[in-house]
Amino acid sequence: MSDSTEITTTAEPAIVLDSVSKSFVTGGRIVRALDNISARIRSGVVTGLIGPDAAGKTTLMRLIAGLLVPDAGRIVALGIDVAREPLRVQGALGYMPQRFGLYEDLTVQENLDLYADLHAVALVERPARYAELLKMTGLGPFTRRLAGRLSGGMKQKLGLACTLVGSPRLLLLDEPTVGVDPVSRRELWAIVYNLVENRGTSVLLSTAYLDEAERCADVLLMHEGRTLGQGAPGTFTRRVAGRSFRVFAPDVGKRALQKRLATAPGVTDAIIQGANVRIVTDKAAPPDPRELLADMPHAEITAVAPRFEDSFVSLLKAPGAAIAAAVAAAVPREAPARKAPGDGEMIVVRNLSRRFGDFYAVRDVSFSVRRGEVFGLLGANGAGKSTTFRMLCGLLPASEGTLRVAGEDLRHAAARARANIGYMAQKFSLYAELSVLRNLRFFAAAYGLRAARQRERIEWALSEFELKPFANARSADLPLGYKQRLALAAALMHEPEIIFLDEPTSGVDPLGRRDFWRRINALAESGVTVMVTTHFMEEAEYCDRLVIMAQGRILAEGTSEEMKARVRSAEIPDPSMEDAFVALIQNNLANGAQAA
Amino acid sequence: MIRTVAMRFGGLLRKESLQILRDPSSIAIAFVMPVFLLFIFGYGVSLDAKRVPLAIVVEQPNRDTQSFAGAFAQSQYFVPIHFRNVRQAEAAMKRRRVAGIVWMRANFSRELLAAGVAPIAVIVNGVDANNARIVEGYLQSVWANWLTSYARDRGAPITLPVQVEQRVWFNPAVRSRDYLVPGLIAVIMTLTGALLTAMVVAREWERGTMEALMVTPASIHEIMLSKLVPYFVLGMGGMALSVAMALWLFGVPLHGSLWVLMGASALFLMAALGMGLLVSTFARNQFVAGQVAIIVTFLPAFMLSGFIFDIRNMPAPIRTITYLVAARYFVAILQSVFLAGNVWSIFIPNAIALLLIAGFFLGLARMLARKRLD
Repeated sequence: MSDSTEITTTAEPAIVLDSVSKSFVTGGRIVRALDNISARIRSGVVTGLIGPDAAGKTTLMRLIAGLLVPDAGRIVALGIDVAREPLRVQGALGYMPQRFGLYEDLTVQENLDLYADLHAVALVERPARYAELLKMTGLGPFTRRLAGRLSGGMKQKLGLACTLVGSPRLLLLDEPTVGVDPVSRRELWAIVYNLVENRGTSVLLSTAYLDEAERCADVLLMHEGRTLGQGAPGTFTRRVAGRSFRVFAPDVGKRALQKRLATAPGVTDAIIQGANVRIVTDKAAPPDPRELLADMPHAEITAVAPRFEDSFVSLLKAPGAAIAAAVAAAVPREAPARKAPGDGEMIVVRNLSRRFGDFYAVRDVSFSVRRGEVFGLLGANGAGKSTTFRMLCGLLPASEGTLRVAGEDLRHAAARARANIGYMAQKFSLYAELSVLRNLRFFAAAYGLRAARQRERIEWALSEFELKPFANARSADLPLGYKQRLALAAALMHEPEIIFLDEPTSGVDPLGRRDFWRRINALAESGVTVMVTTHFMEEAEYCDRLVIMAQGRILAEGTSEEMKARVRSAEIPDPSMEDAFVALIQNNLANGAQAA
Repeated sequence: MIRTVAMRFGGLLRKESLQILRDPSSIAIAFVMPVFLLFIFGYGVSLDAKRVPLAIVVEQPNRDTQSFAGAFAQSQYFVPIHFRNVRQAEAAMKRRRVAGIVWMRANFSRELLAAGVAPIAVIVNGVDANNARIVEGYLQSVWANWLTSYARDRGAPITLPVQVEQRVWFNPAVRSRDYLVPGLIAVIMTLTGALLTAMVVAREWERGTMEALMVTPASIHEIMLSKLVPYFVLGMGGMALSVAMALWLFGVPLHGSLWVLMGASALFLMAALGMGLLVSTFARNQFVAGQVAIIVTFLPAFMLSGFIFDIRNMPAPIRTITYLVAARYFVAILQSVFLAGNVWSIFIPNAIALLLIAGFFLGLARMLARKRLD
């Protein structure tokens, strides 16, 4: 493998994967979860297992942990054949499954005790071990709290502490950072680094966040059950070195610019980043502005540092990658502007609160969204994004405050307001057992479309979202990206003026995400107001304006440029959205401490 | 080695016990459900016919008819209601105001003296077949008693069609509660044994904790045993509660020994836990686990165990199926221990059957359980 030239095999590898394959049968279909995977995971470093949902990350983790047996191939972990001696491997490794494996009705201490018992940690060693883990995770003051009452970030740390009680030599962490706020994410990474440096633990960590690749010493990049490459993150980014640029063109809107650049020859990737468009070219030479942006004299092209995602996208779009062609062809047709984007306020929220008992899920939130705007709600799980959404869609009454959506007060005219709203719920609210066509028919009928109008809209959905070939397929069997398209089509059946997207791109691969955002941009251009929640920091860049939420409150409102500008300093000259978020939360904590 | 096994197992047991104590639903199934079921069956449901409304039609009243009608009034089983003619009585029966009609024709006294044969017409509402049969039996006994006393008063022999002398053994009071309540213990223990076990394992799958548990050095034996022991204790606790209620609240007699009762309960509980664990090897969410456990364990224990419905009266194919129902053997033991005493000829074969079933289900659950996800 040419990518692994950097790897210096000093020690025996922690894990050896030798032509590992694994298939599952679901709904009468055979799904190849892993297709002939071979790799060596180095010991004493953090290896990132990186890829979108359905890449096979969890399956690979479970195979290494001895929870599954491969159909073909061999796995050796810590020198032990996993299939032959699973118990021996399980005694030597620590495994944290996706939901952390905590007993929510036991306290923090009881969870630790259980895992200490299971790993037969001697009683005399325990006080010191507990003290160390509690200090490391900052859970010391909470030992008597039930695990179910901890915040997402604390649960994640307790889950990690439980897997560490037995002092494992190899640590398998399955998506430990998903949906957790960026501060907790950084703390988790600090713990992991500490383990690697002080104890020499080998760590295999899977993640769907591509930016986390850069924190790993070694990366195994996976997509649809195959490895796309392995090596230090630098080897990936170096391949796209000199190919990333920032384009700023004051003459045209950022969306129009992005659309144009995405289809321009020589451009592999074009995404909106604040007020700019970030592009990756297919050659390591700055593009000629006269060629690329002939009619835009004020356009500026600046070279920027390559990112891991650039290399992933270019790998996916490389010749021979079949997926690329299908997605690249999917350029949505021009939608006629229904209403000119104006400054009519489509959503107005004033002092909105929602209580559950004495717990405020949303507290004193105010913002407004103009017609044709893409407005983002950014925050970790439990920040109050979904609760805010449900109130805006009239699914949940507000405890306090006023809400106007499409000119209707939701307290009095929720049903009328809802007729102007399209809602795409988390995890795509589709009827999995029904075919694509039947799902569309159902949603069309539910929105009151009949006869010719219904046929017309279904025809539109099938062709616009390229679902025709799948019209009679069960929607459960669709690939994730197509499920997402179908869910969006269903939400748009009645041509709503406002569309709410709740975590629409969770788990979808970068190309699927780009395809999705291209459609969203086209909708916004045609005057539809888009409101979106996300915990992907990077998606905040696609929004015109956004609010950052934490613990039910709004921490900041504005454009992504403004938010990043606030944290710009000598140490961080080019801050990311995540830097901005972390700074906000830390300020918030500091203020809270001051107030108290 | 043994110390590490003990440590792991102890940890698992402690965890399971804490969960039972913190989660109200297991306590509810083990202790509240038995109380609830016992109240329904102890007080609400009764298979005895008592104070049955009965229409009496007398065409020509005289001393004899008065005396016979009086016999019904004295009986605790009937509440006589007088009607002028049969048509009215029939109308009342159609409206279900009365369960039967006793019709004394105009020739009642004459025929009685002359022929010595019973000339009454009895009409019983057969809609509720079970009740009808009981009413019919009571009617006959009232009639026979009256005839005997009538003859004794007159010193004249009266020929009875059949001379029946009844004596009820084992449940002299003929209270249905006395055999329903012991049978109910089997149903209650099925609930705690099978339903609870299947559900708690499924809950671990749902919450992702089972996956974490599987990647620890704990063996599958330890994990399964840690589910068996606490729920065995819980199930025996439920049993003790039910027995205490049966004895002191409902006054059901216990003729056999408590030890025999406990031994049989322990065997049955093992079988129920085995079924629960077997369900848990494939049902990975609580909804499926609950449904499957209710359909394959609870309902058969309820309907096919002979607890309410007599197995001998079932059609042959159904009767064959009942041999597979563990509760059948347990109900047989329970009813004999409570109402008859330690009948070894009943206890031993049924206990062996329970032992075999428990061994079968526990063994099968062990064979199918893997420390793997596929």
